[in-house]
Amino acid sequence: MLSSQIKSNEIVFGNCNKNLLEEIIFYGIGLGADFVEIFIENTDNSSVLAEEDFITSVSPSFGRGAGIRIFKGKKDGFVSTNDLTKHGLMRSVSQAIEMLDITDNKREVFNGLNKHRDYSLSKKKWINEVPSIHEISEKLLVSTKSLKKNNKIITRKGSYSRNLQEIIIASSDGTYVSDIRLHQTVGLNVIASDAQYRSSGSRRFGSSGMPNEFRLWDHEKAANDVFESSMNMLYADYVDAGQMPVVLANKFGGVIFHEACGHLLETTQIERGTTPFENKLNEKIAHESVTAIDEGISEGSFGSLSVDDEGMEPEKSVLIKDGILKKFISDRAGELRTGHKRTGSGRRQNYSFAAASRMRNTYIAKGEHSKEDLINSISEGLYCKSMGGGSVGATGQFNFAVEEGYLIKNGNLTSPVKGATLIGEAKEVMPKISMCGNDLELAPGFCGSISGSVNVTVGQPHIKVDSITVGGR
Amino acid sequence: MNSREITTQISKAADFLNLKKWDYGASFSNDYSVQVDKGDAKQLKASQKQILTIRVWNQSNLVGITTTSDISESGIKKALKQANIASDFGNKNESTEFSPLAKDPINVKEVKKRNPVGIKKLLTLLREAEVKLIESHESIKSVPYNGLSESFFERVYANSEGAFRSYSKSQAALYLYARAEEKNKKPRSSGSVKLGYGADDIDIESCIKEASNKTISHLKYSSIKTDKYLICFSPDSFLTIINAFSSMFNARSIIDGVSLSNKNSIGEKLSTEALNIYDDGLHEKNISSTPFDGEGTPTRRLCLINRGRIENFIHSESTARIFKTTPTGHAGLGSKVSVSPDWIVVEKSKENFDLKTSLVHSSYEGEFVYIEELNAIHAGVRASQGSFSLPFDGWLYKNGKKISIESATVAGDIKYLLKNIVNIEPSQEITTSGISPHIWVDELSITGDA
Repeated sequence: MLSSQIKSNEIVFGNCNKNLLEEIIFYGIGLGADFVEIFIENTDNSSVLAEEDFITSVSPSFGRGAGIRIFKGKKDGFVSTNDLTKHGLMRSVSQAIEMLDITDNKREVFNGLNKHRDYSLSKKKWINEVPSIHEISEKLLVSTKSLKKNNKIITRKGSYSRNLQEIIIASSDGTYVSDIRLHQTVGLNVIASDAQYRSSGSRRFGSSGMPNEFRLWDHEKAANDVFESSMNMLYADYVDAGQMPVVLANKFGGVIFHEACGHLLETTQIERGTTPFENKLNEKIAHESVTAIDEGISEGSFGSLSVDDEGMEPEKSVLIKDGILKKFISDRAGELRTGHKRTGSGRRQNYSFAAASRMRNTYIAKGEHSKEDLINSISEGLYCKSMGGGSVGATGQFNFAVEEGYLIKNGNLTSPVKGATLIGEAKEVMPKISMCGNDLELAPGFCGSISGSVNVTVGQPHIKVDSITVGGR
Repeated sequence: MNSREITTQISKAADFLNLKKWDYGASFSNDYSVQVDKGDAKQLKASQKQILTIRVWNQSNLVGITTTSDISESGIKKALKQANIASDFGNKNESTEFSPLAKDPINVKEVKKRNPVGIKKLLTLLREAEVKLIESHESIKSVPYNGLSESFFERVYANSEGAFRSYSKSQAALYLYARAEEKNKKPRSSGSVKLGYGADDIDIESCIKEASNKTISHLKYSSIKTDKYLICFSPDSFLTIINAFSSMFNARSIIDGVSLSNKNSIGEKLSTEALNIYDDGLHEKNISSTPFDGEGTPTRRLCLINRGRIENFIHSESTARIFKTTPTGHAGLGSKVSVSPDWIVVEKSKENFDLKTSLVHSSYEGEFVYIEELNAIHAGVRASQGSFSLPFDGWLYKNGKKISIESATVAGDIKYLLKNIVNIEPSQEITTSGISPHIWVDELSITGDA
């Protein structure tokens, strides 16, 4: 029997669900919706934790659910459910319609779903290609053993997480898409201690769509890096607070752009009226040395996607070109409410969140300077080799913890310092990024925002900020 | 399937797989929420969720676990099979057992469950609140972050030895964060959150008033000079700090080596004898209270700091066994069982002769910094090292005047902070995360950009 001939009263992954999905969309349009979107997912995840020389946690999970979004004018109703039967999905459509209080007689036209765009065909084998729990455990234990380099290391942890997400997206504009996504991440953490001194070190690595990536991960190099970082910081003094120039390292240093500026370029911020850049398109918002990009297409990067959570292929968006604001990151609701064209950036943590405009792989493009050029240009300042997390407040203030920092004196790196926090506002800091290095690198991370936690990549070359507030003691 | 049917289903499937020992935790919820934007409905949301976590013990008494949202007959069978496979990798070094208290009576004074008011009423209430908040002051231009929600949920714990607990309740939440703008000044924002058992229980007027007053109070702002200051922590900000460093009282964190405390820290003096801290998940003001934890252990009030000294740690079943004590009702349910506090209550003890009682935030005329709210906790707290560096909203009180601090961080060490408490004001305030009086701390570093 051809799969298209299978008649089911329930969404079944691997089968053709076109007739059922069309029936549900027709139902929503018939009830007066301007637009109906169905997002269905099936997940198969597992995580493993190694502590010291033992596996202490293995956590598999699986699940399925649907998120149904109905638009009427510029408002939307969103209903999520674990019930994937026809009855359950129609009930969810009814609930969303009822919430929106649709009473007019205007009916949109739905011409049925387009030809199925199936991005999952070459990915179905992934579930059999990813490492087994046994294989993961073995490598994590080797990794944590590699961290045991001296008796000052008092805790050692290695963690692995794999998320396999199978999705179907169908909407009343004809979108009909399937995909399978694979994300793997592995992290190492240590705490070092000596008398009253304590430090920690951590690194995280991640990939998308590459089942073999964990096998290829250089755990020895990672362990050396984490160990050295913790040892360098063990006896570090607290940094003195004040205004100073800083050099931010490449890779995860890009979190500063992500938090301080990237979020303010999402159309959700325009909708709320909380971005200072709302009316600054084609105006200078950053130093001319800054070009910034958000894209979902770099092969294997943690924030890459074949298709976003609204069924659009991701584009490479040049957000800032030579300091001039060129584009916002937009999703369907963003386009509807702000007029900025979709960029393939509609993303959500899972079916229980409505998609929103979210970053993917976001980075400052490389410049022409070497790392040494940047450091040599500073007489007194701070080198932020490794950044911790950060956040941005409701009025644009940001702060970032510096995990590993060094004082710069007379153009040279000197003593390590701890307890530093970078504080500022994007509008004021972006024009102060005066030098960009030639060593762009990306790093994986998780970004939490309105539509949940999504996988992203941050990145940059080494950059110099002429002056920023450094919080300390 | 209801919770009894799930238990029967798991029992049957476990028998089929020859799994003699199992337990599970499940939660079922229906949530409704609305957001508005200048009088219009923005997003209306409803969700129905179910989560089941099953643990099984294999013949070597190793534990495996699986979590699923598929609570069908086939989903349950698959979960048990996966948990059984995962048990091959169970932790050989630290065994897990059922809580010895999983069948003890639980303390449910009153079922706090309200009927849903429905999306339309939620929307009406939120629209009205937004309008009132915007109209409360000419500088308040919008309420960019707002929401009103109601949730109805049931939690279940059961095990193969016949323990069965079920608890259902409702909860509603309102948050309003206003944005104020004045010419040639930076926008300022602040807000308020209120909880209730149902939407009708929420004091909407006080939420509006609080959000408005806080936002307006930040309109006149100035940067602050980097220096050490006398600090008054609001009840909310002090509870934030205590929760951020709750690993000091957490037996799991102690075993894992990520706590500032160790097994022998019971009795260690951390602060003034005037300080008592309890964890009291069942406190009548705790809207989010649940009568049992993830392992089925009854929730109870526990003294963490008594007269400035560590009195107890919070435990799961396995950490309690290692520490030769009883579980305290603070466990999650996971492959590695987590431990966390429920609801912190800070009190002034009777031993308060060493306090500077003239320090009262509403009347003290000397210079001090009032910290209203701490932000970015995930980024600025190093719990395993004891250090913090956190941005905050607050005011500088100087020469009888109060001025909002533009942008600043407070940095320090939790042990230093606790040791330098110089006053605990007499009256406590109820917040969404616990109860505390205002707490005064001497000589903490503030970084500003003045």
